[in-house]
Amino acid sequence: MIKIVKRDQPSKAIFFFTPVLAIFLTLVAGGLIFFILGFKPFEALKFFFIIPIADTYGFSELLLKATPLCLIAIGLSFCFKSNNWNIGAEGQLTFGAIVSGGVALLFYEQEGFYILPIVILAGAIGGMLYASIPAILKTYFNTNEILVSLMLVYVSKLILDYLVVGPWSNPEGFNFPETRQFSDSAKLPLLFEGLRIHAGIFLALAAVVISWFVFYKTYLGFQMKVSGFSLKTAKYAGYKGKKMIILVFLISGACAGLAGVGEITGPIGQLHREISPDYGFTAIIVAFLGRLHPVGIIFASLVVAITYLGAETAQIFMQIPKYTGQVFQGMILFFLLASDYLLFFKIKFIGSKQ
Amino acid sequence: MHKFLIRSFVSSLVLLFTLTVAAVAKDVKAAFVYIGPTGDHGWTYQHDVGRKAVEAAGFKTTYVEGVPESADAERVLRQLANSGHDVIFTTSFGYMNPTNKVAKEFPNVKFEHATGYKREHSNVSTYAARFYEGRTILGTIAGTMTKSNVIGYVASFPIPEVIRGINSFTLAAQKVNPNIKTKIVWAFTWYDPGKEAEAAKALIDQGADVIAQHTDSTAIVQMAEKAGVYAFGQASDMDKFAPKAVLTSVENNWGPYYVDRVKAVANGTWSQKDTWHGIGDGMVVISDLDSQMPADLRSKVKKLQADLASGKVHSFTGPIYDQKGNLMVAEGKTADDGMLAGMMTYVKGVEGDIPK
Repeated sequence: MIKIVKRDQPSKAIFFFTPVLAIFLTLVAGGLIFFILGFKPFEALKFFFIIPIADTYGFSELLLKATPLCLIAIGLSFCFKSNNWNIGAEGQLTFGAIVSGGVALLFYEQEGFYILPIVILAGAIGGMLYASIPAILKTYFNTNEILVSLMLVYVSKLILDYLVVGPWSNPEGFNFPETRQFSDSAKLPLLFEGLRIHAGIFLALAAVVISWFVFYKTYLGFQMKVSGFSLKTAKYAGYKGKKMIILVFLISGACAGLAGVGEITGPIGQLHREISPDYGFTAIIVAFLGRLHPVGIIFASLVVAITYLGAETAQIFMQIPKYTGQVFQGMILFFLLASDYLLFFKIKFIGSKQ
Repeated sequence: MHKFLIRSFVSSLVLLFTLTVAAVAKDVKAAFVYIGPTGDHGWTYQHDVGRKAVEAAGFKTTYVEGVPESADAERVLRQLANSGHDVIFTTSFGYMNPTNKVAKEFPNVKFEHATGYKREHSNVSTYAARFYEGRTILGTIAGTMTKSNVIGYVASFPIPEVIRGINSFTLAAQKVNPNIKTKIVWAFTWYDPGKEAEAAKALIDQGADVIAQHTDSTAIVQMAEKAGVYAFGQASDMDKFAPKAVLTSVENNWGPYYVDRVKAVANGTWSQKDTWHGIGDGMVVISDLDSQMPADLRSKVKKLQADLASGKVHSFTGPIYDQKGNLMVAEGKTADDGMLAGMMTYVKGVEGDIPK
């Protein structure tokens, strides 16, 4: 007989074990789906998770893809740890990209070492400005930050649409919805000749280190943790809740904005309508899969990034529909949430003694 | 001397081997990159029909669907070029810069980019269809069939391709019915069934009884079916989605071009070019005409189709005036391709302004 018993305290071991379990279950379920679709499950999984990163180029593409996911997820972990549900990182990414792209266009056909830092800074500020909207509305008007931040995603995409169709469209571009290409001085330097991986990865790594320091070595990190467990306790302890809400949103917005900068000044090199395949939403999965822990997020961003690459390889070599990549992302989140059940409940196998 | 002999023997062996491999490697592989799902029954679906024609002609093909125009496009292109594909068709405008970028790295792979204008390297060709010819037919039908004299038009983006379609449609409709007005709703999307249906609904509410579209989903014809007004299929024959509403469709027929180009790669005769084919070359096809149309209209349309194909009739024949009444094309003249490619003004009879 199986009996389900509530745990007295969430298990620490299980806390870090469930993401691994979720990935394992996703692979099993994924293999099953491939089998039902009529593909050889092991071969399909090989094309999905191994072949894409089997060479230097493939591995560099994995890092390129993981960079924005990691950066955004680190930012989101500040919010999520302290009970602030910022769902609008995609909007903050987009707005950051708009501001930084605008600055990059101002420096069109100009050269200079000072251009890139200004462009990067502009992106971070853009993301912060955009994240401050749900933060201020939450602290001073008690609105729900989930709704506000989510709705602002669509607003940001419409602003981007307007700009690239209208005032910022390339004057020599027959009115197609895209801006001019940025000058080289406004682009992130490439790390290796022939690979697309760019200096943006250092921004992500810096964010990892800084967030680790803040979470585990500072008073702010402690405040965030307490607020995450219980807002009432935080209030009782006399923490300045409003200040913290605004601060975590600003950090989160800056990270998302920088991720946007990385895309447009890295591999894309201009502004157009599709600068992000929903990194801001996928990063939510990454943040939770990484258990809101900086190191966990690094691994999670790599795992989720590979679902993008694997889907392409699987379609090219095995004609498996590319949309299975999204199915994998969905399954990872689903199994993670499902196995979180084990955090709070124990499954007891009761033998035949009774 | 001895060494020299061995060396030349080895090198001739290598040469022989390469030659044999080259002869065997005649199996040309073509790849297709799609913006949407192959089941969209519009733009991507028709490209995939073209791909199947290439398969039927005996060539191997690969496709990748739903490739966003973000940083991902470049990776997909590079992977296809790296994995033994000889010619790659990139079927959306947003792939223009990645296509040219990857083409530079793979001079031995041919790239064919749909609807773009950049051919930065000798291994990049561009191709597009003269869809405006099909819209001349639709305009003729719409102008004849409307009772309210208000024709709705769901447009995607204010680019010359779309403006040209609106103008060609309106000019043809005016020719058979000088009183008509074309109302435009800009959906700012190529494919979004929800938005498209809303746009169609808005036009029907404003009194339009014929709806034309320059977006790709079947949502508009289905909305027209529900509201009891007429509509035209886009990209593929959409009759089965709205049998009463759809009078005819303008089909994108890429198959012949694709087969032609892949064969050229196989024969080694491929060279860079910019193709712009219309009804005459079979790239634009008019579906069966619905029996709700009166017989004389149907025969008129058939004749117009033949005349457009032969070049006897041009969609943009003067006199053509813009909205303000300025002359765009003089009487007896036709618009040249340069003017068509950069067309960014409405002709008289179109309502509203082009979004800026």
